[in-house]
Amino acid sequence: MSGLLRIIVQRLLLGLVTLFVVSIIIFVAVNALPGDFAREILGQGATEESVAAIQKQLGLDRDPLTRYLDWLSGAIRFDFGIPLSQAMFAGNFGSTAIVDVKTVVQQIEPRLYNTLFLAGLSAAIAIPLAVTLGVLTALYRNSAFDKIMNVSTLSAISSPEFFLAYILILFLAVLNPIFPSLSNINPDLSWGELVERSMLPALTLTLAVTAQMMRMTRAAIINLLASPYIEMARLKGLSPMRVIIKHALPNALAPIITVIALNLAFLITGVVVVETVFVYPGIGQLFVDSVKIRDIPVVQACCLLFAAVYILLNLTADILSIVSNPRLRHPK
Amino acid sequence: MTILYVLIAAILLIGVAFAFRSVGKAATGNAPFFRDMPTGVAYGYVLAATLIVLSIWYFFKPLDIDGVPQAGVLFFRWAVIGFAIFAAAAFVFRLIFRHVGTEGSKKLFRSMPLTAAFGIMIIIIYAIFAVFAGFIAPYGQEEVLGAANVVPGGNPALGGNPDYPLGTDQIGRDILSRLIFGAQNTVGIAFVTTCLAFFIGGSLGFLAATLGGWLDQLLSRTVDALMAIPALIFALLLITIATAWAGSSSWLVTIYMIFIIAIIDSTRVFRLSRAVGLNIVVMDYIEAAKLRGEGLGYLVFREMLPNAYAPLLAEFGLRFCFVFLTIASLSFLGVGIQPPLADWGTMVRDLSPFINYAQFAPYAAATPLLAAGAIALLTVAVNFVVDWMLHKSSGLKE
Amino acid sequence: MSDQLLKIRGLKIEGRSDETWNPIINGVDLDLNKGEVIGLIGESGAGKSTIGLASMGFTRDGVRISEGSVVFDGVDLVTASAADKRALLGSRIAYVAQSAAASFNPAHKLIDQHTEGPTQHNVSSRSESQSDGIELYRRLRLPNPEEIGFRYPHQVSGGQLQRAMTAMAMACRPDLIIFDEPTTALDVTTQIEVLASIRDIVEQFDTAAIYITHDLAVVAQMADKIKVLLKGDEVEEADTRTMLSAPTQEYTKSLWAVRSFERPAKPAVISGSTPVVSVKNVTAAYGTVDVLHDVSFDIHEGRTVAVVGESGSGKSTTARCITGLLPPRIGHVEFDGQQLPLDYRKRDKMQLRQAQMIYQMADTALNPRKTIGETIGRPVEFYLGLKGREKRKKVGALLEEIELEPTQYYDRLPSELSGGQKQRIGIARALAAEPKFIICDEVTSALDQLVAEGILKLLAKLQDQLGLSYMFITHDLATVKAISDEVVVMKDGVVVEQGEKADMFQPPHHPYTDLLLSSVPEMDPDWLDNLLEARGVDNIGDAAVDKM
Repeated sequence: MSGLLRIIVQRLLLGLVTLFVVSIIIFVAVNALPGDFAREILGQGATEESVAAIQKQLGLDRDPLTRYLDWLSGAIRFDFGIPLSQAMFAGNFGSTAIVDVKTVVQQIEPRLYNTLFLAGLSAAIAIPLAVTLGVLTALYRNSAFDKIMNVSTLSAISSPEFFLAYILILFLAVLNPIFPSLSNINPDLSWGELVERSMLPALTLTLAVTAQMMRMTRAAIINLLASPYIEMARLKGLSPMRVIIKHALPNALAPIITVIALNLAFLITGVVVVETVFVYPGIGQLFVDSVKIRDIPVVQACCLLFAAVYILLNLTADILSIVSNPRLRHPK
Repeated sequence: MTILYVLIAAILLIGVAFAFRSVGKAATGNAPFFRDMPTGVAYGYVLAATLIVLSIWYFFKPLDIDGVPQAGVLFFRWAVIGFAIFAAAAFVFRLIFRHVGTEGSKKLFRSMPLTAAFGIMIIIIYAIFAVFAGFIAPYGQEEVLGAANVVPGGNPALGGNPDYPLGTDQIGRDILSRLIFGAQNTVGIAFVTTCLAFFIGGSLGFLAATLGGWLDQLLSRTVDALMAIPALIFALLLITIATAWAGSSSWLVTIYMIFIIAIIDSTRVFRLSRAVGLNIVVMDYIEAAKLRGEGLGYLVFREMLPNAYAPLLAEFGLRFCFVFLTIASLSFLGVGIQPPLADWGTMVRDLSPFINYAQFAPYAAATPLLAAGAIALLTVAVNFVVDWMLHKSSGLKE
Repeated sequence: MSDQLLKIRGLKIEGRSDETWNPIINGVDLDLNKGEVIGLIGESGAGKSTIGLASMGFTRDGVRISEGSVVFDGVDLVTASAADKRALLGSRIAYVAQSAAASFNPAHKLIDQHTEGPTQHNVSSRSESQSDGIELYRRLRLPNPEEIGFRYPHQVSGGQLQRAMTAMAMACRPDLIIFDEPTTALDVTTQIEVLASIRDIVEQFDTAAIYITHDLAVVAQMADKIKVLLKGDEVEEADTRTMLSAPTQEYTKSLWAVRSFERPAKPAVISGSTPVVSVKNVTAAYGTVDVLHDVSFDIHEGRTVAVVGESGSGKSTTARCITGLLPPRIGHVEFDGQQLPLDYRKRDKMQLRQAQMIYQMADTALNPRKTIGETIGRPVEFYLGLKGREKRKKVGALLEEIELEPTQYYDRLPSELSGGQKQRIGIARALAAEPKFIICDEVTSALDQLVAEGILKLLAKLQDQLGLSYMFITHDLATVKAISDEVVVMKDGVVVEQGEKADMFQPPHHPYTDLLLSSVPEMDPDWLDNLLEARGVDNIGDAAVDKM
């Protein structure tokens, strides 16, 4: 058991190191900004004070190492400073006593919940659907059903998320008004309303993710069904159901878990586009908006957040597949 | 309420499935096909038959009921007819190339599934449009014509104009021409980016696989770290910075974007080519070449690369799709290919409000979908071809 | 009720490739009575395993039974319903696969997999079949029978797994067991134990069996009668003793004759002469673990030194030390009295050229994208500097030397050649460098016996013509007997014994050499009995059967 524990601890440490390296990459990338950046985003008519305020906000007046350490120690305490947009506002109006300024974290927090809700809703639909379809197509491989599923999933994977989104809007919002086409959500809504208004973005994500997940599940199961121990189980005269449940499933768990975790990670990227289409007040939309107005502190924080979730999911996949491997669970 | 009806219907179908199987058994004298059929499979057959019947019924529904236009039926008909036309075209295309061409290509087309033939046909069509966009398009991509917001369809009674079969956009540019130039810009840029990503990732990947040691460790760990940031997020971050560097020069933004996406994507290429390389490097013929005293260049280019073409080509297709979708998404988000270049992602974003008028102006609603569909069609086509290639190469291994 | 258990008539089986169905088995008949063991023997591609599976009414994906009947105890398995077949499989017909390690489910304990058959077929309760399983493990002479079943497959060695799988097949006391090459993947010394235990248990329970193998000597020990197959057709069938002593068909005779090849002995080495290759006190390690310990031996001009040992004995590692792929930690290698640099990257072209290598798997040894001309032409160009027409002429001469027609093979790709032809190309590539010394790493073990013999004869001929020295790595003592002048026996990275071949095959030996030599099955059907008697292994007393 200690061997297993050691591997898990190793992976966790590796994940932390990766996150650390990623923070460096993000920081270095942002610091590649040209020096007179502050002046440029403020435009021609900027006052010296406002430029100085921006530079102070970005910390351009200090050396990079101090800035990085400040930023990192802030990030560990979930303190990402004040959004540039707010600082600019303060700078332009020359006010030092900023009233009602939202910090980056205050901006991100409610949106993070919204995004997690959306991702959770999509996952709740997608995972059971994808695994069921994946197993079915693997069992009836090369049948008409399998071929139709193959073509439709390939098409779904190939389509950009906004295409899927507009098709869904067309059929489920405009032509048949079942769900609203804009996800106008706020914390005061009941669960039912929340689900209803988030349904179209969730369905879009579901379509994109299910296709990928189903194909990977199918491949994993087919790979498994070709193994000699499955043939052996069939030659022992076991019923097809028992072969699947008792012999295939315990071994399929690891690949399926990996597939699920990888696709949840994929959801993160999808969220950015889908939230924009449906004007869903999530972190993806915040990120895109901040990118457009070059609100560096917000972009940095979102980026780190996305990367952290991504690393965490990949790490989970890794660890779960190690744990479900009998060779590692029962060492010699 | 609708959901309840659907549920009841689904349950009723179980009964039909049982009936179907027992009738089948009785009619065929207990043939193995019906005898060994699980209930689930019987249900599948019944369900499929029901869906087909429903679709046919919907397809032939009138377009107009008591003066209320049925836009849903219209869109459904378009989809079905479009699908049928593409399928028929692919079938004819495959038929032609089974009889025309070299012995090798004829043989290839004879064993090719329809999906792959469809993919190749679409890729060829796109390539033609991309290369000859200037000759094919009726107007220039930046040309602002007289009328803005001309409705597509070319029917003057509905606000169309036969000169602009797909209508014009908000500032009066011909949508058809912009779609055609979009092939040149979007596909061309995606292609260049993919080639660049392959050049960087492929050469480093093979080098890492062949040399191993610290170089391999360094490159692999770097790639691991870069891949820990989701691609689209990373691209957005870097492009933010790039636009600051580029200032007001829009074509410089596009150039930066090409390099940014190429580098992000080259990490994926690196992973694959390293894995492919490692599989080849352990072969005895590589050991034999090493023991002969061959140099690195000979090993990589003469011994390894010829054995890596198939997986690399498939990967090229997949990477191209990924890059293409990333660029389209970036443009859609407003940070990708910059105006005035015509680009499909930007067109979708600009025209998307029209979708909300689908009920009474189906033609206008169709244009944003056309641009989005143009993106989807190419990626679907490439994916079909890659799927077939991968299937073929895995089949050969057995 | 007759004694007939299995009756196969006109069995035709087809396999799918490229959307067309090609015949694999062209109408084979087979009869088997209760308690009888039939050996199916043939080279690769003969269709032995396909027939084995078909006798359970089973075909793999992409394979179908197109004609004929497989009647097991009155039930035709070809037309029976899936449920009827399932009732027979596992309970009355059982299967023992070639690779036990892959055929046990890695997620379950051995005993759980053992009891699954009896409980699912309602033969016995779980606790009954569990105690029966332990009893079977004991009879199959598994160490720790009480405890071994509660391990997972990866915790048990290959030979033990194979016996556990035989026990699992026995769990429902079937009437028929199909053994599909059960000992092929095992070392000779392990093979003996598995063979002995399989034979005993089949005899004790009077189980009928189909024993599939490519090894004549093995089948001679196991079977009451033998059926010889060739490319999906039956060649002949007879009872074991008749078949061994008086085969009627030419093909069978040629199979039998393979074992008689032995090259004449060469004169002894002149003492004091410099050996071509001299391995001096080599100790080598993978990482920090030493895998070779103080290995020394000489190879003299024109002679063949066979390095023999089981898997993991360090024979291939020794070759890697000589070629410089794995620089030794201690010791060195001399060539013509000169010390070679330890790492191959530090050796010059001449030093690399003098020592060439021929590999076990011709498939991975030849670049699949290069034509035969390119593969052989490269060393010709690289070492001899020949180009264009001269190069082509030299490659042609080499092809003739390995007995392949130059014009026919020059532009072919490896995938268009048979296994034996590919191996010949490997030989030609080694010869192209005009070396003095060639390492042959298990060059015949992936080949069928007839083809392997051709390769051995060719190597012997080339040695006589060109005065080559060979280091011949092999695990097969028959090959050693056929080709070697001297023998080096290795075990666990240590040279156990070395000397002239004539001495090695005469007692007295080192105990390990003795074990190795005596474990090689012989064509005599009584060989296993005699050996077990000589070794004093008790033949599992009949008392155990009485207890059941």
